Amino acid sequence: MDSQTQEYQEYYVPTQSYFPIVASVSLFCLAFGAASVLTAVENTGDMGMIMLFTGFILLFFVIISWFTKVAAESRDGLYSAQMDVSFRWGMGWFISSEVMFFAAFFGALFYIRVFSVPWLGGEGDKGVSNMLWEGFVSQWPLMTTPDPSLFKGPAQVVDPWHIPLLNTILLISSSLTLTLSHKALKLNNRTWTSIWLAVTVVLGAVFLYYQVLEYHEAYTELGLTLSAGVYGSTFFILTGFHGLHVTIGTIMLLCILVRVLEGEFTGKKHFAFEAVAWYWHFVDVVWVGLFIFVYIL
Amino acid sequence: MTTGTEQITAAEIETAEAGQNESFEGVQADTDKHTDATEHHHGPAKGISRWFFTTNHKDIGSMYLWFSLVMFMVGGCMALMVRTELFQPGLQFIQPDFFNQMTTMHGLIMVFGAVMPAFVGLANWMIPMMVGAPDMALPRLNNWSFWILPFAFSIMLMTLFMEGGGPNFGWTFYAPLSTTFAPPSVTYFIFAVHMMGISSIMGAINVIVTILNMRAPGMDMMKLPLFVWTWLITAFLLILVMPILAGVVTMMLMDIHFGTSFFNAAGGGDPVLFQHIFWFFGHPEVYIMILPAFGIVSEIIPTFARKKLFGYSSMVYATSSIAFLSFIVWAHHMFTVGMPLAGELFFMFATMLIAVPTGVKVFNWVATMFRGSMTFETPMLFALAFVVLFSIGGFSGLMLAIAPADFQYHDTYFVVAHFHYVLVPGSIFSIMAAAYYWLPKWTGNYYDEKMGKIHFWLSFIGINITFFPMHFVGLAGMPRRVPDYALQFADFNAVSTVGAFLFGFSQLLFIYNVVCCIRKKNQASKQVWEGAYGLEWTLPSPAPYHSFTKPPKVD
Repeated sequence: MDSQTQEYQEYYVPTQSYFPIVASVSLFCLAFGAASVLTAVENTGDMGMIMLFTGFILLFFVIISWFTKVAAESRDGLYSAQMDVSFRWGMGWFISSEVMFFAAFFGALFYIRVFSVPWLGGEGDKGVSNMLWEGFVSQWPLMTTPDPSLFKGPAQVVDPWHIPLLNTILLISSSLTLTLSHKALKLNNRTWTSIWLAVTVVLGAVFLYYQVLEYHEAYTELGLTLSAGVYGSTFFILTGFHGLHVTIGTIMLLCILVRVLEGEFTGKKHFAFEAVAWYWHFVDVVWVGLFIFVYIL
Repeated sequence: MTTGTEQITAAEIETAEAGQNESFEGVQADTDKHTDATEHHHGPAKGISRWFFTTNHKDIGSMYLWFSLVMFMVGGCMALMVRTELFQPGLQFIQPDFFNQMTTMHGLIMVFGAVMPAFVGLANWMIPMMVGAPDMALPRLNNWSFWILPFAFSIMLMTLFMEGGGPNFGWTFYAPLSTTFAPPSVTYFIFAVHMMGISSIMGAINVIVTILNMRAPGMDMMKLPLFVWTWLITAFLLILVMPILAGVVTMMLMDIHFGTSFFNAAGGGDPVLFQHIFWFFGHPEVYIMILPAFGIVSEIIPTFARKKLFGYSSMVYATSSIAFLSFIVWAHHMFTVGMPLAGELFFMFATMLIAVPTGVKVFNWVATMFRGSMTFETPMLFALAFVVLFSIGGFSGLMLAIAPADFQYHDTYFVVAHFHYVLVPGSIFSIMAAAYYWLPKWTGNYYDEKMGKIHFWLSFIGINITFFPMHFVGLAGMPRRVPDYALQFADFNAVSTVGAFLFGFSQLLFIYNVVCCIRKKNQASKQVWEGAYGLEWTLPSPAPYHSFTKPPKVD
């Protein structure tokens, strides 16, 4: 305990900051703007677009300035070892909450596959619900929905052994290259840090390119759309939110790459790098879940 | 900082009388010297910008508490409108659609706007002081968590004035009422819920990080005050379930605007899926609203019984078990939707298991009081009422847990009686108790004890008149969420309405008391309560702007 007191360094409590309030205003603009655009209640459509746009600008501004400020504070040596632990816990629990966000969609997928679709098809404990659409046959992927006049099922589903397999290879190798980059940074080998990091960013971008290609194919050739019954719903919500996370992750990696090239981080102190790496590995793990449960099975 | 110096002198005078907290004594002297040495530290900023830009846990805690009080009044007015309409059978004052909007908004505002922010406010104020930290771990994030809320609730309240009215599908917003048959404003509601979720998750991360990383040297986990423990567990629940809520409203949004069919059986989805996901969030959510209350009561009862809390470690384990069980009981809210029999049985027995750790807690509170030298100041009165009335709510919960019996009780006023007994004399009373208990520490002044007691008794009588008759009308079959009802329920409903007005208006006394306490000088000592124990009582009253710039040492 005594050694703890001796090592004690004051915990940095930042002075007043305008970031939180601007960020809140930006969220308000985004939420209100998006809702107005979607509902398009008389005359609020245009206003909605303006608010949405303002919200994005403010958010962009806040994110840039907030992170710049944090990086500057870190360079000024304001962050003690204890502060570093705070950041680690913070990022860790943030990722946990993200895991639960995906868990909601995976849970929906499992419930639909294991319970609701078989029940609608007359199987199992609650098979009596088959009376709603008599003759509906339970199958997965759900090619024919109970009421095809409302939700026309997909003609085909995505073949897991083409683009999805390629994407799996891309993402898993990107996790590998990111780890190599991290190892290089720990050894203070900045050239290889940047090279492997750049490769990771490229792999992420190529993944996204193929994801867009797959969506395009799904919509134009396979008839697999958001409104193609519950298969399309679960497919797009899971892969869509994953793709969004890959996009965010790639942007974050790019920012880290810029900071590495500008000579920031040391072999010992580089939490921003690590946080983004954690996030990237999390996105990778989610993809493995997707590949298995959405594409293959 | 002249006031600061005054506080220190006052603190020095009081050092002698802080008998209970002598284990922290040496520490306190240290802290005082440190405050002297760091005079250059920023105090509160002047003017309105203090509140917009603050990074101080006490400022943010106060803002949370005031916000919660405002929302409590707004949600309370809605409840009174509902009760006014229900005073007599037939339609007198408001139309059914507006009635539905009032019940929905009352629920949403009380849950997300009054109870949760109040607990977060208390956590902000108390946790850094209780664990011996200078502030919350991530102060800017902390302020962001707060400032999202007023914006989110502005959106929520604006929906009332939109075409088609506000949300009218009940606070549980079951699909398809909230998708296919919802008013257009539901989209605004969805985004408002997203904002609240972001706020809660960030707030919870902050609480966890503060507790795990900011404890003073020697403040082991098993020495943490129980309020801190219960909040730690609550924060885990928040992190694990708020994203589920975000997921479910996102699926609603997709169903409404993007043609998906998650909750539409015509496309292969299932409306019951909505209920499963919602209650997977919803059941831990109700514990989010009660676990911090357990913590508060576990702080207050030992103080006024002048005994250490009975069974500290069993309290910690009981709270953890309740939190764990909360994840595997969600479908007891939906016994009547047509689940397989195995599901009904599993959720029935799992739910009943919760009575065990809850029983441990109630036993420990009673055992703490056993042969204690009790006095009955306002916080203690509220805490005692909590123990008794929360237990009544717990017992009616046990009745509802019995699946075959629930077929009779489901969606009746019995359910309304049950959850109001756990939320009003449970959560709300604990918040009142906490406010009275810590007001002298926050403001530096004692509140008016007599007025506090009157407030307590009026509230106590008010809520029992309001909610107890609901058990009877519920068992007799009166459905909930109806603006009109059969004649046989008229008398009990009239009684309920009278009680509701009594309870509602007696809260004005509370506001008056708080305002007087802030304004009038009735200097509180550092110790405040004779039997109080904990780091927060080693700080002067009012607590200095920065609690422990240097961590105290706890032995």
